[in-house]
Amino acid sequence: MLLIECPWCGARPHTEFSYGGDAVVRRPPDPQAVSLDEWLDYVYLRDNPMGPHLEWWHHVYGCRRWMRMRRDTLTHDVLEVTPVDHPTGQGS
Amino acid sequence: MFALARHAVTGHRRWPLAWRSPTPRRRYQVVIVGGGGHGLATAYYLAKEHGISDVAVLEKGWLGGGNTGRNTTIVRSNYLLDANAHFYEHSLKLWEGLSQELNFNVMFSQRGVLNLAHSDPQIDAFLRRGNAMRLNGIDAEWLDRDAVARRLPLLDCSDRARFPVLGGLLQPRGGVARHDAVAWGFARAADARGVDIIQNCEVTGIRRDGNRVVGVDTSRGHIAADKIGIVVAGHSSRLAAMAGLRMPIESHVLQAMVTEPVKPVLDTVVTSGAAHMYISQTDKGEVLVGGDLDGYNSYAQRGNLPQIEHIVQAAISVFPFLSRLRLMRTWGGIMDMTMDGSPIIARTPLAGLYFNGGWCYGGFKATPGSGWCFAHTIARDQPHPLNAAYTLERFASGRLLDEKGAGATPGAH
Repeated sequence: MLLIECPWCGARPHTEFSYGGDAVVRRPPDPQAVSLDEWLDYVYLRDNPMGPHLEWWHHVYGCRRWMRMRRDTLTHDVLEVTPVDHPTGQGS
Repeated sequence: MFALARHAVTGHRRWPLAWRSPTPRRRYQVVIVGGGGHGLATAYYLAKEHGISDVAVLEKGWLGGGNTGRNTTIVRSNYLLDANAHFYEHSLKLWEGLSQELNFNVMFSQRGVLNLAHSDPQIDAFLRRGNAMRLNGIDAEWLDRDAVARRLPLLDCSDRARFPVLGGLLQPRGGVARHDAVAWGFARAADARGVDIIQNCEVTGIRRDGNRVVGVDTSRGHIAADKIGIVVAGHSSRLAAMAGLRMPIESHVLQAMVTEPVKPVLDTVVTSGAAHMYISQTDKGEVLVGGDLDGYNSYAQRGNLPQIEHIVQAAISVFPFLSRLRLMRTWGGIMDMTMDGSPIIARTPLAGLYFNGGWCYGGFKATPGSGWCFAHTIARDQPHPLNAAYTLERFASGRLLDEKGAGATPGAH
């Protein structure tokens, strides 16, 4: 069980959250303007690190807000939780 | 029997070794990184099919200590898409002769794999897949609810079931095998053909000369190689990163568990995609249950309890008799999940470097076929038609093999 410190609700079990994946990748602002390689990079390729990993989590059975979280993929330790206003990270 | 009695007298200290433990040489024609079933099978088929025995298999821990020893041992070829159907059926045919081929009993038991259908759309999808299988020459049978109930007397087929059973798609030639024996059998047979199997030897770097790989740095020194094959399952991304490659893979933890052993109650492998659960009974009598991923990136080889609870709830709802059994053991393995749910057996952009990985949930059944195709790809520097679709380039070109039709997600089978 992961204990996640939601910026709005406090410490909650991870079963209240859904996982949104790698938060390092960013959708190119203008998909028409990027090369095939850049699009491939965004859609498919991942660093997939062993250790600290920046990722999206959604407090879906709580406040329904998104957050960015740094978590260790080897120890499962939650290292840092950052609130964001929008799942794409815009405005944060 | 006589050997057992004879060695018992000497305290089991004088059994001959099944394979040597050589000191690594400074140079090999081919270095295989990863001493699981796939790596050992690759080395075996390199020696047997292509006459290349100047091969080292480097294993960071012990043979079969990763996913080879952690999977739920299911063997099947019940795929919809042609490329997957042909590849996995080739692998299944290799399984059918594997004990004789290796002169090592891998305890392959073709007890059948049955996918339960719980809804009308699921029936349609299963019939479509079953027809596709038969068109590809693979055995598939549709069982209606009564036939399923006759085959599985302990399955809850009542109208009150949480997951009502409407039928099932059976592959009679599917089944299970003894996973450790597969690693040991391939290791012994590869060793007998001159392959060096080197355990406790971790690869820490891949050396390049321009666009060509020239060797690996290991915990036991530098080893030069003309060709290097990466076949390390959950750690695929890390090994590829040593060569400067970025992969369409995420590593996730998948859990499985066994109950205490009981008398024979279940003679078929049963899966329920709707309930997120699959189940079989081992030769020791334990009921073996698995489910879906825990759901977040992980390299931990251990999972969380809520997921175990979810899988156990599903298993009990389908097989109510399980509620009386105690769980004896749970464990996790690290799956290299590709973005389309299909594996990669391919050349890489670097000359001399080959990649085998991205097996998602389903690497065990592929073990002989994967080694067979990877050996061909390394020896000839080009894929066999059976693995020609399993390229890295398919993600850029859009020729994905997406059985689930789920789009770019590292969660598919």
